[in-house]
Amino acid sequence: MKRSIAMARIALTIALSGLFAATPVFAQDATTERGAYLATLGNCAGCHTAPGGQPMAGGLHLASPYGTFITPNITPDPTTGIGDWSDDDFWQAMHNGKRPDGSAMYPACPYTSYTHVARDDIDAVHAYLEDLPAVEQVQPDHNLDWPYGYRSLLGLWQWRYFEAGALAPKPQQSDTWNRGRYLVEGLGHCNACHRARGRFGAALTAEDAPGALIHGWYAPPLADPDQAGLQQWSIADAAAFLQSGKAEHAALMGPMADVVYDSLQHWTDDDALAAATYLKTIAPQEVESPLRLIRLSEKGAANAMAEGRVLYREHCAECHGDDGQGDTGAPALAGNRTVTMDDPVNVANMIRMGGFPPATTGNPQPYGMPPFHGLSERELAALVSYIRGSWGNDAPPVTGTNLRR
Amino acid sequence: MPVLLRLIVAAALAVTLTVVQARDGRDAMGDRLAACTACHGPAGIELENGYIPRIHGKPAGYLYNQLVNYQDYRRRNTTMNHMVAHLSPAYLYEIAQYFADQRAPYPSPAGAPAGALAARGEQLVQRGDQDADIPACSACHGQHLTGVQPNTPGLIGLPRQYIMAQLGAWQVGTRHAAAPDCMSQITARLDGRDIEAVASWLAAQPIPDDTRPVAQAITDPPLQCGSVPAPEARS
Repeated sequence: MKRSIAMARIALTIALSGLFAATPVFAQDATTERGAYLATLGNCAGCHTAPGGQPMAGGLHLASPYGTFITPNITPDPTTGIGDWSDDDFWQAMHNGKRPDGSAMYPACPYTSYTHVARDDIDAVHAYLEDLPAVEQVQPDHNLDWPYGYRSLLGLWQWRYFEAGALAPKPQQSDTWNRGRYLVEGLGHCNACHRARGRFGAALTAEDAPGALIHGWYAPPLADPDQAGLQQWSIADAAAFLQSGKAEHAALMGPMADVVYDSLQHWTDDDALAAATYLKTIAPQEVESPLRLIRLSEKGAANAMAEGRVLYREHCAECHGDDGQGDTGAPALAGNRTVTMDDPVNVANMIRMGGFPPATTGNPQPYGMPPFHGLSERELAALVSYIRGSWGNDAPPVTGTNLRR
Repeated sequence: MPVLLRLIVAAALAVTLTVVQARDGRDAMGDRLAACTACHGPAGIELENGYIPRIHGKPAGYLYNQLVNYQDYRRRNTTMNHMVAHLSPAYLYEIAQYFADQRAPYPSPAGAPAGALAARGEQLVQRGDQDADIPACSACHGQHLTGVQPNTPGLIGLPRQYIMAQLGAWQVGTRHAAAPDCMSQITARLDGRDIEAVASWLAAQPIPDDTRPVAQAITDPPLQCGSVPAPEARS
């Protein structure tokens, strides 16, 4: 993809520009290139570049409980982009969630995280965006449900739920940890997906806040070691997992695969290690999913297990093994936390849609899984129930209703 | 008796060897691409009523272009858009090359269309229609319709419904190629009956002995066609 080549080039330029950082001639370029890397850390393109669209020209449709947001054009075009924004305007947007006319921005853009980012980093991102080719492209207005279309209400939202400001470094922690926290809570905006929002999109701060649904997938909470938490991983393994999208018995799929492909694989080793260092120290919590599983009767559960077993042998065992032990390229399902966590939607999506983990430097030729969209809702539920309840896995069975997206 | 026994042993050995070789051969890329062959396996392709196209043996440049088109939404298919979403240009090219190198048996041709439809189909494929400014398919896709290196696909061994759907998709603008999109220009000159005629005639063609794409590029094509350069040329 063009974007990944551009990013590889940017990474190389950054590496090279480090050699010349002291030379004033390169100062402007160095800022732009640093901004490019920071924009990669923040994955601006993940939302502001539509598939097949011009870089940063917007147009991606983001479904939400409040309606559909259409991402704006942030190329330097003066009329349809943000070409007439000053550094102060850009800072106001990223730090305070305010547009140049003073109106509030929707928190669909995670300025609730970007507010923790330092001014000179924000300025560098702006320098990078100003240096991009201007694309003249008007994006349509957001298509939001009543009353969320009234932007004036956002002022109230910000007053009630949003506090601007940098995170004070914790001197008792290492520089690496503080860098990791700056990345995870700031540009990386991990909790924009991995932590649910409360009523009216309020940011939740409780340590046992559940994850959130994004594009029909559940982004599990980072606090729970049985879900997305990395507390029990070595820092090196966790960093490699973030960068490559693959670990010995795991491969990332779904929206997180996009994040790895577009952003995380381009993080420097130091930044990936810093993020892993911080993520490992998040206080472990047992987090309940907001999804309420429908309970099956004993007979219903037994029927589901029997049907699931037949389906597993027919469709899955060849790659994932008779006992869910996995094989080259096919992760083990026994002891797999994506399989056993409360919310079964991710494992159901993987079966329905198949797909490839991201192709990265650490995993350049990923193994793909075939889609099984021919399974009926009942068959899918039976299969999911079977792998959730076999080979030492002890998660309750599910019904088709729980797998609807 | 000993001769027969020897023959049996030899045959059994040959079979065993073939099986081992097939597994070894698959191990390199085939296992990684089980997601592709689950649908695009040659055994699963059916020309009469099927839809899924053959990808084995098509030119690598063509296959690579299609994978990139799916990634950039110039082609739309929920499954395919999802499959290629975060694969690198280098890997997509390796996938294309892998399937380009595969030789797989062809399914039986579909039944021949009725007289007038067959005549129109044969005309458009073999000679084109000068009055309507429609070039012959064979002018670009090879005299035996087995495709031309590096970017032009073969048209034989494809399901009738697939060909109809592709020509229709170009016509209504849901399938695109890199500019200049020659097939979009050509399909604008076809009507529904032309599309049915071409697809039905193509799906009914017997498979030629040599199914390899023509090695030499066509020097003077009737229209200029765009393509995405291979990743080596893009870096």
